[in-house]
Amino acid sequence: MTKLLSLDAMTPPKRLAGEEQPLLSVEDLRVEFATSRGVVRAVDGVSWSVRAGETLALVGESGCGKSVSALAVMRLLAKPVGRVTGGRILFQGRDLLALSESEMRARRGREIAMIFQEPMTSLNPVLTIGTQLAEPLQIHLGMSDAQARARSVELLGLVGIADAERRLGQYPHQFSGGMRQRVMIAIGLACNPRLIIADEPTTALDVTIQAQILELMKDLSRRLGITLVIITHNLGVVARYADRVAVMYAGRIAEEGPAERVFATPRHPYTVGLLRSVPRLDRARGGMLETIEGLPPNLLAPPSGCRFAPRCRWRQAACDADPVLRPIGDGQSAACHFAEAMPPPAEPASTEAGAMRHVGQPLLTVKGLKKHFHVPLRGFFGGTATVKAADDVSFTIGRGETLGLVGESGCGKTTVGRVVLQLEKATGGAILFDGEDLATVSARRMKALRTRIQVIFQDPFSSLNPRMTVGGTIAEPLRKRRGFGRAAAQDRVAELLDQVGLLRDMADRYPHQLSGGQRQRVGIARALAMEPDFIVCDEPVSALDVSIQGQIVNLLAGLQARLGIAYLFIAHDLAVVRHLSHRIVVMYLGRVMEVADRDTLYAAPLHPYTKALLDAAPIPDPAVERARAPRALKGELPSPLAPPTGCVFHTRCPIAGPECRAEVPSLREVRPSHMAACIKL
Amino acid sequence: MLRYAARRIALMVPTLLGVALLTFVMLRIVPGDVVEVKLRADGGYVTQEIIQRERARLGLDKPLPVQFLDWMRGLVTLDLGNSMWTGRPVAEEIGTRIGLTIQVALMAAIISVLIAIPLGTISALFRDTWIDYVVRIFTIAGLAVPSFWLGMLTLLLLLTVFHWSPPVTYTPFFESPLQNMSQLIWPALAVGYRYAAVVARMVRSSIIEVMREDYIRTARAKGVFERLVVSRHAMRNALLPAVTVVGLEFAFLIGGLVVTEQVFNLNGIGRLFVEAVSRNDFMLIQALVMLLAVVFVTMNLLVDMLYGVLDPRVRHG
Repeated sequence: MTKLLSLDAMTPPKRLAGEEQPLLSVEDLRVEFATSRGVVRAVDGVSWSVRAGETLALVGESGCGKSVSALAVMRLLAKPVGRVTGGRILFQGRDLLALSESEMRARRGREIAMIFQEPMTSLNPVLTIGTQLAEPLQIHLGMSDAQARARSVELLGLVGIADAERRLGQYPHQFSGGMRQRVMIAIGLACNPRLIIADEPTTALDVTIQAQILELMKDLSRRLGITLVIITHNLGVVARYADRVAVMYAGRIAEEGPAERVFATPRHPYTVGLLRSVPRLDRARGGMLETIEGLPPNLLAPPSGCRFAPRCRWRQAACDADPVLRPIGDGQSAACHFAEAMPPPAEPASTEAGAMRHVGQPLLTVKGLKKHFHVPLRGFFGGTATVKAADDVSFTIGRGETLGLVGESGCGKTTVGRVVLQLEKATGGAILFDGEDLATVSARRMKALRTRIQVIFQDPFSSLNPRMTVGGTIAEPLRKRRGFGRAAAQDRVAELLDQVGLLRDMADRYPHQLSGGQRQRVGIARALAMEPDFIVCDEPVSALDVSIQGQIVNLLAGLQARLGIAYLFIAHDLAVVRHLSHRIVVMYLGRVMEVADRDTLYAAPLHPYTKALLDAAPIPDPAVERARAPRALKGELPSPLAPPTGCVFHTRCPIAGPECRAEVPSLREVRPSHMAACIKL
Repeated sequence: MLRYAARRIALMVPTLLGVALLTFVMLRIVPGDVVEVKLRADGGYVTQEIIQRERARLGLDKPLPVQFLDWMRGLVTLDLGNSMWTGRPVAEEIGTRIGLTIQVALMAAIISVLIAIPLGTISALFRDTWIDYVVRIFTIAGLAVPSFWLGMLTLLLLLTVFHWSPPVTYTPFFESPLQNMSQLIWPALAVGYRYAAVVARMVRSSIIEVMREDYIRTARAKGVFERLVVSRHAMRNALLPAVTVVGLEFAFLIGGLVVTEQVFNLNGIGRLFVEAVSRNDFMLIQALVMLLAVVFVTMNLLVDMLYGVLDPRVRHG
């Protein structure tokens, strides 16, 4: 730290006692985008401010205008479609919108830095990390190559990248996602800016890496006195780190205030809804998730009056008048006529919906499943390496049961799903579906069995044919595989649309006319068309906004209760998995770490990896988040090309000893019907 | 990388073999051969016997597979055989003319790329302004205008305005570079226009695409000068697809020269090609087609190798 400052010859910005002048204040900002279908008012009269040394969180769902207002601060809106049509952006007392382009450029990266969402695409693929890191240093601080290099090494050390000298010469593709985001943070910190705006800095990262990055950002901003604006859709992420929270909805601020107040006593129905619809690990599991019904308004033609009114459960006649954002005490403001009457975000009545489970012969049995990929190695002499995407994976799923399959990216959960679907041939092991081994049945029999096993994909945007109507997509399996006539298929499509909560007339629409949640419903209807016994759900809600996620989870739960379908529910989000699953399998680097009943697993996890995963998941409650100790899990996921010997988790395990390196722990029953693969238990 | 190059070079063999077979067969399918053209051209009466004797002398009476194998055997030992028309070695016929063609092609390529890259970039940066429209009209015209017609127009223009007509013999480069260049610049421009147009359009669309990338936004957010954003961050990425076009179009350029050389009275490979075809000089045609095929595959290989140099993801991939 002292070294950093001496080299920099700059004093960190001091936070003056009682300094009331905000560092950055956005006042009545309006941003428009010219689209082919008309003008979208993406930001419509938004004001927020952040004082020096503070951390502000801008929260909202996709399309609410949170990123746009941040880009407007940087004056980096996509030209010429996006433009600021009104308002002021005061930074240290000067209106950024009134600056010349060159004055603005001199502030970017120097006074205000920005960190973007996608670490995979935000770094230039053909320039070395060293070049990209040195750029702001040379431009803003006039450093020589040698000085910039020395400072770059220091910065990489600061963000926790080891072996910095060597890594400066490497290119972005040689870094993992988490490491790239660290590099982005290092670039942001390079010139000791006064303010860093981080746009969804952890959204693309795994939960354990997410915790590391957030911890790093908070720690650095405190140590260096940097003001932070974090933009996110995840309330849990901000609970631990934000001083103030501004909730945005449909281009406006719905509510703003100190983090504890907003989480404890939200004053806008949208905030209440958001807080309630997030499945939470720290609370008892309710039968149904609370959701916010409906969709955010189309900003091409926003509704008059309160923009949230169409989805609001407390809607009244007064809501036809546009509510202004007004202070309601304790530093909190809300844009709701009935802000004072808002109920607390108490947990929804927790009635355990009689989780139905059929005992008896399991529907699907996976025994010792192995899937190995051979990857050619580079280099002159080549050769191949084996990636054990799934190694010795066993589990069973009963009729009408949900098995949750959880793990971080690269753990093999999707591979297991694909092998169960027979989209990939297993390298070893057996998959028995209703008593028949899928690997050995005849092609003819497999064709028949396929109708009983369906799939719902992660990305509702790419998994529907853009040139087929919704009706055509759902009718296709009916007509081609189940021999429905045109009229019969049409009737059945209408029924299926009812079942998944879509309007019947949506059958004539094309996927691009639907929202993400609606498309996912279409995907579900397509799977249901075959009347399957079993559906593989591969991250079905991870691409959706929080309020929509809840709707889909509820839909899946309801369908299971009514139709008795079994699910293999693949996900990385422990809270969502808990909500839907009866039993849970935790995977890491191709191996099963722990298998247990849902309640047992969450109440008393055995394996250190499961504990770390649960620990890393943020909880949307500042009181809980701030009280807990920093996360234990260190380091990165090892390369699957060279997995650690012995227990694959030992490199990151807090309790690992030398014996863990020697022996591959087998999955054993540690407690009754609770299996874990760890020799330390 | 080395391994990759070795494999690619090995793969060139079957490709070229295919070209050889196809050319050989197609020449034999078309009725008529060099003997008829040669003897009939002399006018007068030719007996069947004379024709037979001439065919035997040239080896055209042997069964086709034997002829093919003979040719292949020659190719392997780098013996291209003799021209069936002049009787001189094919290698010599090509050797005396190839320098001129290569020079024009290189001049055309260099001038075109030097014009096309800045033109495409400016067009992309000033997208949908009058600058962009002017460039787009210029490039569209380049695609639409055949090079021989442009060559003829150029000649007419030079003749009427500057009273300059192409010389009967060109000054060799090493005798007087300046005079040589001033003579060859016109055919180079005529044949390079299309080349410049194709490359400029590619550069334009690829810059437009790259300027939308997240890392361009990152560079701007760092406060990088706009000039540097374009030259350091955008150009290096945008030139990757452009390299492909530059390489492939170079091979087409030589094809374009076939006609342009006629127009400008250049005694190069293109002219030789036309003559060989009109005389049904099988050996010469086969050799020339093989030459073009080799140029084509080699350019392809060079482009892919260059990719490895320019794109670290390929290099380390």
